[in-house]
Amino acid sequence: MRQITTLLFLLIFIPKINAQQYFPNNESVQNKNNNYTAFTNATIFVTPTQIIEKGTLLIQNGKVIAAGNSVVIPKNAVTVNLEGKSIYPSFIDMYTSFGMDKPKKTEGSRQSQSYDTKREGYYWNEHIRSEVNASDNFNYDKPKAEELLKAGFGVVGTHVQDGIAQGTGALIALNNNEKNNRFLTAKISNHFGFARSITSNQAYPSSLMGMIALLRQVNYDLKWYKNGNSETKDLSLNALSENEKLIQIFATEDKLNSMRASKIAKEFSLTYVMKGIGNEFERIEEIKNTKAQFIIPINFPEAYDVSDPNQANQMELKDLRFWNQAPTNLKVLTDNGVVFALTTDKLKKIEDFRTNLLKAIKYGFDKTKALEALTTVPASILGKSNEIGSLKNGNYANFIITSGEIFNDQTKIYENWVQGSKYIVNDINVKDIRGEYDLTIADKKYKWKITGEIETPKSEVNTADSKKLSSKLSISNNWISNVIKSSDSTQTTFTRLIGYIEDVQTLSGKAILFNGNEVKWSANKIAPFVKPVDSLKLQKNNVIMTTTFPNVAYGNTSKLTTETLLFKNATVWTNEKEGIIEETDVLVKNGKIAAIGKNLSDPTATIIDAKGKHLTSGIIDEHSHIAISSGVNEGGHNSSAEVSIQDVVNSEDINIYRELAGGVTTSQLLHGSANPIGGQSAIVKWKWGQDADEMLYKNQPKFIKFALGENVKQSNWGNIDPTRFPQTRMGVEQVFTDYFQRAKEYDLVWKNFNSKKGKGDAPRVDLDLQAVAEILNKERFISCHSYVQSEILMLMNVADKFNFRVNTFTHILEGYKVAEKMKEHGVGASTFADWWAYKFEVNDAIPYNGPIMHNAGLVVAYNSDDAEMSRRLNQEAAKAVKYGNLSEEEAWKFVTLNPAKLLHIDDKVGSIKVGKDADIVLWNNNPLSIYAKAEKTVIEGVVYYDVQKDESQRVAIAKERNELIGQLLQEKNKGATTQEPKRKEKKEYHCDSVELE
Amino acid sequence: MNKNIYIVVLLLSLSIASNAQQTPAPKQSKSILILNAKAHIGNGQVIENSALGFKDGKITLIADATAIRIDKSAYDITIDANGKEVYPGFIAPNSTLGLVEIDAVKSSDDESEIGQINPNVRSIIAYNAESKVIETVRPNGILIAQITPRGGRISGTSSIVQLDAWNWKDAIMKENDGIHLNFPSSYKRSGSWFEPGTIEENKDYITQINEINTFLANAKAYQVENVKERNLIFEATKGLFDGSQTLFINANEEKQIIDAVQLAKSNGIKKMVIVGGYEAYKTAELLQKNNIAVLLKRVHDMPEHEDDDIDLPYKAAKLLTDKGVLVGLENSGSMERMNTRNLPFLAGTCAAYGLDKEQALQLITSNTAKILGIDDQCGTLEIGKDATLFLSSGDALDMRTNKISHAFIQGRMISLETHQSELNKRYKEKYNQK
Repeated sequence: MRQITTLLFLLIFIPKINAQQYFPNNESVQNKNNNYTAFTNATIFVTPTQIIEKGTLLIQNGKVIAAGNSVVIPKNAVTVNLEGKSIYPSFIDMYTSFGMDKPKKTEGSRQSQSYDTKREGYYWNEHIRSEVNASDNFNYDKPKAEELLKAGFGVVGTHVQDGIAQGTGALIALNNNEKNNRFLTAKISNHFGFARSITSNQAYPSSLMGMIALLRQVNYDLKWYKNGNSETKDLSLNALSENEKLIQIFATEDKLNSMRASKIAKEFSLTYVMKGIGNEFERIEEIKNTKAQFIIPINFPEAYDVSDPNQANQMELKDLRFWNQAPTNLKVLTDNGVVFALTTDKLKKIEDFRTNLLKAIKYGFDKTKALEALTTVPASILGKSNEIGSLKNGNYANFIITSGEIFNDQTKIYENWVQGSKYIVNDINVKDIRGEYDLTIADKKYKWKITGEIETPKSEVNTADSKKLSSKLSISNNWISNVIKSSDSTQTTFTRLIGYIEDVQTLSGKAILFNGNEVKWSANKIAPFVKPVDSLKLQKNNVIMTTTFPNVAYGNTSKLTTETLLFKNATVWTNEKEGIIEETDVLVKNGKIAAIGKNLSDPTATIIDAKGKHLTSGIIDEHSHIAISSGVNEGGHNSSAEVSIQDVVNSEDINIYRELAGGVTTSQLLHGSANPIGGQSAIVKWKWGQDADEMLYKNQPKFIKFALGENVKQSNWGNIDPTRFPQTRMGVEQVFTDYFQRAKEYDLVWKNFNSKKGKGDAPRVDLDLQAVAEILNKERFISCHSYVQSEILMLMNVADKFNFRVNTFTHILEGYKVAEKMKEHGVGASTFADWWAYKFEVNDAIPYNGPIMHNAGLVVAYNSDDAEMSRRLNQEAAKAVKYGNLSEEEAWKFVTLNPAKLLHIDDKVGSIKVGKDADIVLWNNNPLSIYAKAEKTVIEGVVYYDVQKDESQRVAIAKERNELIGQLLQEKNKGATTQEPKRKEKKEYHCDSVELE
Repeated sequence: MNKNIYIVVLLLSLSIASNAQQTPAPKQSKSILILNAKAHIGNGQVIENSALGFKDGKITLIADATAIRIDKSAYDITIDANGKEVYPGFIAPNSTLGLVEIDAVKSSDDESEIGQINPNVRSIIAYNAESKVIETVRPNGILIAQITPRGGRISGTSSIVQLDAWNWKDAIMKENDGIHLNFPSSYKRSGSWFEPGTIEENKDYITQINEINTFLANAKAYQVENVKERNLIFEATKGLFDGSQTLFINANEEKQIIDAVQLAKSNGIKKMVIVGGYEAYKTAELLQKNNIAVLLKRVHDMPEHEDDDIDLPYKAAKLLTDKGVLVGLENSGSMERMNTRNLPFLAGTCAAYGLDKEQALQLITSNTAKILGIDDQCGTLEIGKDATLFLSSGDALDMRTNKISHAFIQGRMISLETHQSELNKRYKEKYNQK
């Protein structure tokens, strides 16, 4: 209905100036306006760097004809004198959902998961919505357009922001008058994001790593589809194929996700323009290295109201810091040469755009760069420099007229012209009537003070005897009107003044008194207006806190470097045939263990007195789930072999630091256990401060998580209707057999193809089966979550049939029952020291399990599966002594050398041996003791944890918090809008943490 | 010497006789003397070479063996514990042992009743003295527990048991010792378990406190008159107002703790204890002044905030103890029942992070006994108290050396076998068969 009204309005009231020439005209005679408009005497910013003083801008038919100092003004030109005013190209916001209908959220229960698509003719996954086009969903949103026009924007990119592949975006001119010209380009961009579609309940993908894997699969499928291999039409892939040439925009919404999207781009030779979130400065080096162009929002957080100390305590340093540092993001990006456009995305109100941009400028963002980020940069990213973003000849006449330099906070935007069509933001001809006047109404005298903004002045009227009368003043189109209220004990009366402003020194007009009588009034200016001091604007910039790596508490102020270290007189737990040797020196050099012996010396080394202390190799946790972004389980399918934790390592997790304090140097980050075939592992070294790629163990062996038992058969899901096979251990066996068989067949097809040296059509790449096939080809190792003996035997049985070996059973709480069969198969065990009784399948779990398996000749490790216990794995190892009477030396290997063996990394780590990586820990006590504390944790010669440094960091954290809280209190005191303190809850993952939508 | 053999035979016969559950030991009929052990009294003192005697379930002698002459013939059995260490039995407060057998199996779960105000709900009657989990905590020295219901605003009434009994009646050491209140949090969490949101101010906080206030005021008023129509809920709180029961207040935040203490005081609650107490160290002065103890939340836990000292949970006991607050350790949380056996190591960690070892020991012995009001019966190795104690071959607070050879509850030498040790033997035998 709204549309119809708008349409009628347009038809009736707006003369057709520039309608499409082939459209029938049913309202009047031919009325084409070929006149010119000339804007003279203006400061014209043709581009941010090409500036014409006192120039003329000539436009005709919505286009720029010329701009310069010697422009000849044709006779049929309407001339507008812009003496003292400036003209800038209108701004471009590439990233909006302007005029898009919001996609509908799916109804219905999420109780039972949905696995299959309900669509027909599209891609199998409903979160791939590449077939959606902005141009099919567009309704010009006039109120929103006006907000954008007021902020200086003339053109916006818009699309439906929903799903992982989101479809195409359109480029729209905010032409409020002529609807036929608004579509500059119907399909300008092709959009992606790390977000499920709200229109779909389809369970896959439920995690970030699932989304990344899906994007990979889509890209492979696209290639295959384009080669004509598909027997059926797929409208989603069709669309992707057609839209490949468009600008590819990826809404990463986070610094780490930008790095992740960049990785996908490199793999498939794609170029993504990244839509960021404003935290790019925290990992600027990595952001720069993506070499991508960015679209950056400026929704800086409001100050937190920390006046209640109890509430303030809830805030984390990182949030306080982000508030402090966020306004510097644009400066940091500029300083590092990152090319970016600005967007209004994520702002609560469009009018905050200018406020925040001015703030960024106050914090060092260059004004020319600011203007470029709003004009030439987006135009160039969009490939539209010859149409928009500058006032070059032939470009659209999209420009704003301002009272002065655009990024001066006193400056006003008067008009925003889009395609030669004028939108008035502020009346350019408005007269400034502010000041103090002697007012006379009839013969009564008053004092009249007019303050406020020029367009919205405020009035204060006092009687001769200084009695204040309330009044309401407005001006419009040179008319002034003021309603004065006066009341005494008996009645309230109103006097209405009205007048046409001819001269701002002397105002006059007629007054209508309360009794209806009309009299004359006049006002003579006696003093000019003095602008009151704005306390907020006067405020000095906050001191900006140092960005640390990562930018959280305990982050490092610089990236750490490798040292030469000489530990003197330590008790060294070698894990080698030398055993535990007393009073021994260990030299660390170039990241390796360089020498072990007595009386070692090295002039370049830092000497560490380790007398009475114990030196061990770093703890290795075979089973961990810390430092993972957005989901540890991709449970949406029975097999999610295609997903990889390596894609989602979260380098900013505080648990990494805590882990180091517990002497852990290496962990295997495993997928969860929601499905029989889980995802690929990441083996990481906890190089706190480095980025995720640096943390990944170099040339790491490939691992994959499998799972058995209650989790995969959904035993503890309550009363949810089972919709997914398997629901029993019997079904689990069939799932494995089926997948291995299919992977075998898949592998054969590819081997055949490869043997023909690329002749013929390449078969479809299936990342899921490919990963499973790697297991069959002995290129990928299984670490399988397992509990009871029947299922342990089952998986070994399946493996035997397919001629491979299960590498590790993890948890393996009934391993002690079938240790000899495990030995025969050649599988290792990574278990808990003493966990049991948490579910039915662990009823026979015993703390003697590890020692029994060890005594049976298996390689046994103790793992954590828990963020807290992980930092006490040394104590868990001691439980092998307590319950199993193992020697301390053997027990210690349960958390160092043995997990290294299970992970096939014992050539580099797991023991103190010359030539191995210097991943070592200095303990103040026997490492198996409850009283032991790590004093230094070293990885490849870099000291990542030092107990003394930790002490000083605690002091620094308290100090910085205090400073920031001081700044916030100041901010509130100065009248800034504030928000309530809140912090994001931290989530610790375990095996069975399932991400559901 | 003969008597020592007798012990071994007794132990063997116990383990052979039992199958599913270990058979509770009979009443102490023979007096026992433990000689030459290093005795940790539980009150901070240590006797390097001790003589410890007990008869009819009670300790009759504790002395420095080198300082007095001991008449061995006065005892039926003498255990030479040279090189071993003797400890008072550890106490697990705020425990759900025996209320749930297997966490994920709902039908085995009796820990939480529905509704908000359930002081009348009594944990003791659901306590399964034959739980297989219980027998696994004893070999690590945990011999006493406070069985506590969970859930709601007022979860119910707890009771204290010794961990070797045929049934709940026989297990009771102190029935209905306390009522457990979950104090509202001044913050609320948004989101869900799978997608956590933000933590921000709980706008209903004051309303929720007022509800507790109203309840306690009415409960108190009810106790004064003999009413015709009984109200089981009010009636159940009687002990709070006459001092015979303790109010255990679960609270972790500074503000929460202050509000809780003031609320309980103003309602005439005689005895109260803070359970959890993550930020209790910030309110230590108030707690100390009002003689309010803290049952400190699981020591082996993550810091609540990223900015917190990474070892804050480890050193919290030290912070409170230094400020004169009486501290015990509790272990509620995920997998809490099976984890009860690691209680000694929670205390060990407190020693690693500031307390001396005997102070740390008090956190799970005498301090807890005082907090639970059972210090006349247990908590230290002192004459007249229950002979609830054990012998370890080394420091029992360290998993490296916690190896227990004998344990006694009220003088009865209990079995240290478990469902787990039997499986251990069974499968050792399996591998010996080859």
